Amino acid sequence: MGTSPDFSSASTHFHDRVYAADDTTPTVQATSKNGTSDSMTGNRGKDASKRAGDTRPATSSSAGTTGDHDEEEEQRPPLPPRPSLLQADLPSAPSASTMRPALQAKPTTAISSVDIQTLSFPDGTRGTFSTPASRTVSEAVSISAISGGQSTPSRKGRNGSDIDDATSLMSYAPTLRANGDLASLLDEGLSSQSPAWKLLSTQAETVNPFEKVDYEDLSLVDFDHEFDEIEAVDQKGGNEEELLLQWKSKLKHYLILSSAGKPIYSRHGDQNLINGYIGIIQTIISFFQGSKDPLMGFTAGKTRFVVSTDGPLYFVAISRIGESDAQLRSQLEALYMQILSTLTLPTLTHLFTNRPNTDLRRPLEGTETLLSSLADTFTKGSPSALLSALECLKIRKSQRHVINNTLLKARTEKLLYGLIVAGGRLVSVVRPKRHSLHPSDLQLIFNMLFEAGSVKAGGGENWIPVCLPGFNNRGYLYMYVSFLSAFDDGGDLDERPSTAHSTSREDEIAILLISADKESFFELKQMRDDLVKQLEKNGSMEIIKTAVRQGRPSATDIVPGTQLKHFLYKSRANVQFTMPSFSPHFSNLLARRRLMTLYHNLHASTHAKHSHLKVLHCVSRDSISLAWTTPVFEFYCVAGPNASRAGLAQGANKVIQWVKREEERVFIIGGAVF
Amino acid sequence: MAEATAPKPSSSVKLVLLGEAAVGKSSLVLRFVNNDFQENKEPTIGAAFLTQKCNLPTRTIKFEIWDTAGQERFASLAPMYYRNAQSALVVYDLTKPTSLIKARHWVAELQRQASPGIVIALVGNKLDLTNDPSTSSNALGEDGDGEAADGEDADGDARKVSTAEAKSYAEEEGLLFFETSAKLGTNVTEVFTAIANAIPETSLKGARGPGATSGSTGRTEDQSRVNLTGPRDNASKEGCAC
Repeated sequence: MGTSPDFSSASTHFHDRVYAADDTTPTVQATSKNGTSDSMTGNRGKDASKRAGDTRPATSSSAGTTGDHDEEEEQRPPLPPRPSLLQADLPSAPSASTMRPALQAKPTTAISSVDIQTLSFPDGTRGTFSTPASRTVSEAVSISAISGGQSTPSRKGRNGSDIDDATSLMSYAPTLRANGDLASLLDEGLSSQSPAWKLLSTQAETVNPFEKVDYEDLSLVDFDHEFDEIEAVDQKGGNEEELLLQWKSKLKHYLILSSAGKPIYSRHGDQNLINGYIGIIQTIISFFQGSKDPLMGFTAGKTRFVVSTDGPLYFVAISRIGESDAQLRSQLEALYMQILSTLTLPTLTHLFTNRPNTDLRRPLEGTETLLSSLADTFTKGSPSALLSALECLKIRKSQRHVINNTLLKARTEKLLYGLIVAGGRLVSVVRPKRHSLHPSDLQLIFNMLFEAGSVKAGGGENWIPVCLPGFNNRGYLYMYVSFLSAFDDGGDLDERPSTAHSTSREDEIAILLISADKESFFELKQMRDDLVKQLEKNGSMEIIKTAVRQGRPSATDIVPGTQLKHFLYKSRANVQFTMPSFSPHFSNLLARRRLMTLYHNLHASTHAKHSHLKVLHCVSRDSISLAWTTPVFEFYCVAGPNASRAGLAQGANKVIQWVKREEERVFIIGGAVF
Repeated sequence: MAEATAPKPSSSVKLVLLGEAAVGKSSLVLRFVNNDFQENKEPTIGAAFLTQKCNLPTRTIKFEIWDTAGQERFASLAPMYYRNAQSALVVYDLTKPTSLIKARHWVAELQRQASPGIVIALVGNKLDLTNDPSTSSNALGEDGDGEAADGEDADGDARKVSTAEAKSYAEEEGLLFFETSAKLGTNVTEVFTAIANAIPETSLKGARGPGATSGSTGRTEDQSRVNLTGPRDNASKEGCAC
């Protein structure tokens, strides 16, 4: 077992493919197998290196982009085992069976083929690899066994695997260590590629995912303007046409309406602009509702509409950024939870039972910002939302223990939940034995506190009635919130964080104390004062502040020298996840969205019904990525397009080992219970 | 303003801000407490609790301020905040007549249910959107924010509630009255200082003691006046329920 990442085969460049092996441990066998294949094909390897030496002058100047067509008739140099997708063009493939013993894994059985919109390169001639994916990959595996020394007479159509080999080997090219690698650069497969690809191929592994702007990929072209406000329709409606254009150019919309067709919320555009569309949507949904066959979603062009109905409310997500139905649906669910959190379920039901045509905008007044920040979190891409998990601040186990105990000691009678949150990450929780905190509830709280900014902006301490639907959707809890800045050292405890230089969410430390008693503000305030005093005294506050200031480690801090640029690791048992910093590679909005789109695709593929995927590899022109799920964790990672898959798998393993080692630091296990 | 207060007696005064959503309650507090202003501030959720000291010649008042959210759904929580409050700031937006009607409701509710001696100040905010000579004449312009600038207006004066109207109402009810701009800081400290001055000494014993005192400031004038505002109050109620 354990070779699947190596075996998951190459993709074509014009049509992204994702395939998966039914394999649980992507241990890296690349080197040992290379050794094997090299020894089996030793002579050929030497030939190849000789040739490579001959051609070096040619390649050094052009960096392998100008493949010599003569070369394609030559023998191939030794390559690490690489699969090829196109078995149809490989008459020699059947002979691979003789090499099977070299495999450590069976041919893969589970397969999924995913067309990743944002990463796809629709090209008429190449985008037609619609052969059943399962066949493709099982062939690919057998081919990979022999690819090391295979000399294929006909190279036509092998570009898929050749390119991929070349790109992963390219990383070694500058060192000139493996002559064979250079020869492979001249392979016909390369030369037949588009100029853009050639350009990309000349880069070493230092190419980061999504570094190249892909001009064929227009799906995110307006993403920079996605969050621009659309102004209100002026009184005469003179600017309506222009606004409508702006409105239509948004990649993502969320609409909430009542079943009676009253608009409740729209992320973009004011009421006058969207009323007509609300009417249409209501008609469509009601039509299907009437026929007892509720509408779940539909596609128009490249736009996906997903509809979700909760009692008297209709929720519609409109997306052009390629999320799956399930993902969009969970986003709509979160919006519904936000509404419940504002109103509680009985109130909502009561409003509509009494007056079916209730205008919910008034009761929800002031929460548009919460809905919008939630929506924008989804549109920007949130690992937390994607994984339905929380992120914790990484501190030592013993340090967390001290904080937990401090919380427990400071606990007052009225306290239900107590949380310390730093930089949007959980530091510690104290809770009653019988109740755990639901991630969706925490998502709402975090959104309110850290994304929407309504609470933080006011300064001071806050007393917020909030319904936590996961806990109990029938009533309110009362939340005491106060913020400390990680950057004001020491100082007066009573000092509220100045709003003047309002700090970003990354360095805010919030203390949340939740009670069922609405009169307990001063009791909880006292608890907060005691708690902060204790934390200052025993040094925990400094530890928290230091950890916040440090931020998340980068991927290379976690695994030195790794090719991984980013990863997500979710611990299923703890419903928590950990990840490295988005910077430097994904710090801007667009890069981050593309990364998240990739994660969304991996997530959708591994969570598709009936897929039973364990390991999934995705190769595209601008990145390679891996998803790996076990009963213990879900893991997603990404590397630059020229990184080797062996390197990716190796990095994945190192990260898993790191998490195992650091488990009690990166996750809160158990927490403080009373 | 909070320094060097050692010798003077210091006492706490509980103050609650009430008023329609988006009239600028939080902005007034932010100006008073941090001397800061934020454009397009997001709505308050629930309530915020802040403190700020106010130095008077003879004593120091420490305001414990409850800045409440103005939305309808939080109205039922208001008693929790004005109970035992010695003072209240009822805020309206002087570019929005309905907000004054709402303010009148709050005043009535306070007079009915809050501590008998409560000092109430009626505050018309967003003075910067008018072209009163009292504010720097170019105050409006820049980014006359959304709801205020609504539908108005050629010469830039968005005022919809006349000073005289609000002032006469305040006098009827015995309220302190100010027109302020949280954005420019106009009159903001004055409001709080006036409240601090208006708090009777007798109610300053305990930090959080209820202000049970004799006839409070200015309350006695004009009790007999006919209340002309009744009908409009009703009208507003209908308006709210839509």
